Amino acid sequence: MANKLNLEVVTPTKLVVSDQVDLCTVPGTEGAFGVMANHAPILSTLAIGEMHYDKDGNMVRVAVSGGFVEVSSNRMTVLAEAAEISEEIDVDRALKAKERAEKRLQEALSGREDIDMARAKAALARALTRLKVAGHMS
Amino acid sequence: MASLKDIQLKITGIKKTEQITKAMNMVAAAKFRGSQERMEEFRPYAGKFSGVMGQLAVTANPNAFPLMEEREVKKSMILVVTSDRGLCGAFNANIINAAEQFLRDKRSEGKEVAVGCIGKKGYQYFNRQDVEMVFDITDCMARIEMVDARTAGKECINLFLDGKVDEVHLLYGRFVNVVTQKPTFKKLIPISATDLSEGEVEEEESGPKATYIYEPAPEEILSILMPMFVNVQIMAAMLETACSEQAARMTAMDNASRACADMIQELTLAYNKARQASITAELMDIVGGAEALKG
Repeated sequence: MANKLNLEVVTPTKLVVSDQVDLCTVPGTEGAFGVMANHAPILSTLAIGEMHYDKDGNMVRVAVSGGFVEVSSNRMTVLAEAAEISEEIDVDRALKAKERAEKRLQEALSGREDIDMARAKAALARALTRLKVAGHMS
Repeated sequence: MASLKDIQLKITGIKKTEQITKAMNMVAAAKFRGSQERMEEFRPYAGKFSGVMGQLAVTANPNAFPLMEEREVKKSMILVVTSDRGLCGAFNANIINAAEQFLRDKRSEGKEVAVGCIGKKGYQYFNRQDVEMVFDITDCMARIEMVDARTAGKECINLFLDGKVDEVHLLYGRFVNVVTQKPTFKKLIPISATDLSEGEVEEEESGPKATYIYEPAPEEILSILMPMFVNVQIMAAMLETACSEQAARMTAMDNASRACADMIQELTLAYNKARQASITAELMDIVGGAEALKG
């Protein structure tokens, strides 16, 4: 169909999304941006965050982390290290991950040097994104 | 000659072995399907990744990246991917032999060597050898996770960037088909520009064509993607090795089952012969006795 964007979300374990969509918004490292059909070719790295796409008026939310997005000739490919559609997110696991990350961050702040601050922060961001996308937090 | 009872015991024993090898064959076949699926699921990701890397390598000046720096090789490292478990024929032995050959070659060129291991079999072997082991990841081949590939990738990259090793080669069991698995080398670091541009570039379709907008700059994207590219390659190697392992085990167990069947057949033959011989001997005794009684 005309004026649709061919979206593919690929992770190392599976093809998460392969669909014709109207609009797709992704969290680029330089800021989020939306892509519609006939967008100029773009290549951007991905931040940890939420991407969502509209298809016939329905919005689908996906939690993504790490990777990049490529758009060319009406094809949009999101290569992420992890990507989960909102319904597929394991909320319990994300909650546990959040607690763990918060604890580690606390410990790091209180002066423990063996904890990698950046990693703890990234883990927390991933957990929070998952929870947000799953609709568990505003 | 072995007695009837000895032969019978042997036959029962071999029948039990056959049961086990048959079961292992079936288990390996089921696991093989699983790992083959995972390998195929990973392929689009890896293909897309190298495609984009290739595109970027053309645009950006690849010589500006530390991970691409070709320097004089004083110390060479090999990352050996084997399976965790045995009983899969000569699969692991083949990989280890290839690794040994590699080490010999490098040593004869007067270079230092180091080994990194993914998979228990390689670790068990190299742990006993007189060679420096920089890191090992074991018990990871049953359920392959990106985390392990990432850990290995990080180790390799750090070793390279710290100047502790000057090149990293990857050795894994390439899956050719169900009966053939081939130990294969791949140069991991430094990443060579020619390798990158060889990556499949997707064919263009309709839609606006123009030079890419890069966000951030191409050089920056490349420097982020390069370590990931190393991980992706390690991951691909692990998946392929796991698949090869199961295929090798299938073949090995099939051979073992067949050998068992052959042995059972031979032993049954021997058993029947022995039984017949004893019957004949008994008959001769009876006939001889009867003749003697006749007087």
